[in-house]
Amino acid sequence: MNRWLLPILLLAALIGAWQIAASSGALADLLGLESFLVPSPAEIAEALWESRSLLAENAWVTLQEVLLGFLIGLAIGLGFAFLLRPFQALRLSFYPLIVASQAIPILVFAPIFVVWFGFGIGPKLAIVALVCFFPITVATIDGLRSVDPETSKMMRTLDASRRQMLWRVEAPTSLPSFFSGARIAAVLAPIGAVFGEWAGADSGLGHMILQDNAQLETARVFAAAFLLSVIALALYGLLALAERRIVTWR
Amino acid sequence: MSAESNQFAVAAPSPASPESPAGAVSIRDLGHNFGELKAIERLDLEVPAHGVLGLVGPSGCGKSTLLELISGLQEPSQGTIEIGGACAAASRLARCAFMPQRDLLLPWLSAVDNAALALRNGGMRRRPAREQAGRLFDRFGLAGFERSHPAELSGGMRQRVAFLRTLIAGKPVLALDEPFASLDAITRAEMQGWLAAALEADPRTVVLVSHDVEEALYLSDRVAVLSARPTRVVEELSAPAPRAPDRDAAVTAPEFVAARERAMAALHRGSR
Repeated sequence: MNRWLLPILLLAALIGAWQIAASSGALADLLGLESFLVPSPAEIAEALWESRSLLAENAWVTLQEVLLGFLIGLAIGLGFAFLLRPFQALRLSFYPLIVASQAIPILVFAPIFVVWFGFGIGPKLAIVALVCFFPITVATIDGLRSVDPETSKMMRTLDASRRQMLWRVEAPTSLPSFFSGARIAAVLAPIGAVFGEWAGADSGLGHMILQDNAQLETARVFAAAFLLSVIALALYGLLALAERRIVTWR
Repeated sequence: MSAESNQFAVAAPSPASPESPAGAVSIRDLGHNFGELKAIERLDLEVPAHGVLGLVGPSGCGKSTLLELISGLQEPSQGTIEIGGACAAASRLARCAFMPQRDLLLPWLSAVDNAALALRNGGMRRRPAREQAGRLFDRFGLAGFERSHPAELSGGMRQRVAFLRTLIAGKPVLALDEPFASLDAITRAEMQGWLAAALEADPRTVVLVSHDVEEALYLSDRVAVLSARPTRVVEELSAPAPRAPDRDAAVTAPEFVAARERAMAALHRGSR
């Protein structure tokens, strides 16, 4: 119980301070804005409640993009890691391309993906997968390479083949690193989904944010952003839970 | 696959198999360099089948390198190492099991799965491998800990599981690199008595590296004192009472003390 006390107190204090600053108009004055542009937590909660079915509908769309895109990114990330790990030449030639794929802003890819994959869920999945695979690949390769050389020698004298070495030693060794990469990917996934929706969509939280922002529905923009972070937190939490169940030896 | 697992079933340590596998180790004119650095120079050593050779020497003298060369993890720069008459690294790897200084148990596997690693690598399925390794847990004072994970075991138990893992590989030669260096004095003395009993029940050819002269003299038939780099043999001496049942009495006997003095003197000469 004690473990939760401090985080909850901190959160309550932040929301309280925000509430006072916003509802007294101090925050709006400070920014030189009309007060309806600077919603208080209470107003955001109100927007959350009043638009609950609209928000839920759009959150469901974004959640699907995030989860499916994450899974595709996970598969690609692991595929790259296991493919590139054993072959140094392959690794050295692919690594720059993988890094380059991350250096180009998603905003550049997004409209191209819309042209390629259409207006539906396709381009969103492509972008989410694109941002998710990278941390997973890098972290997993590092994990696979972190095997103690003494352990490799020991396994060699116990007649382990390359394959057995990979599955009995390298893969389990890489699990903690893999989970670190996956947790980073989990918080990047909703950002990818939003950018995907911005390039062209008729539903989803990102799409909603764009429209509400244009109509100065600021409270609902915050409500949608709140749901996005809930999605990221849930995915992150799920992965942390999985790690604790699987990596029991740490 | 099944042929492989049969081979392991036969070779696995049934108590004292009657015909000894070809386990004699013969090292001739051995030299090894790391680039410019001469690690080992003109080394000759013989270990008969089922003999135990102890190697002591100043730290950093290339004892671990020597063990890796014997086990076939590396090829020497010069000279030959034969195990049972074959000298290619691959055939040494097939005939020698290496037990490193740290236990290196895989933390995600249970004790019995760690012990059975060689059987699994040989293609045996999980269940029979566990059964075969599990049968030895009793004899090794590990009964009841089959399912425990390495983190739940004491240092001495972990070392025993690591030794079991090496033994179960069923190879005629064991290369042991300071197997008990990480243990406290009491556990180490216990483990020496225990290893002596294990070798009595299941004889193998052993090359044992130790930084502890007493340990080497107690466990080995012969002890070679090695010099600082480049490593060569300063003196080879016979142990007065190899693996005597009463360890405490054996190591305080006058002949043992005299042998220890001689080995220590040789060690000092070789360190200069």
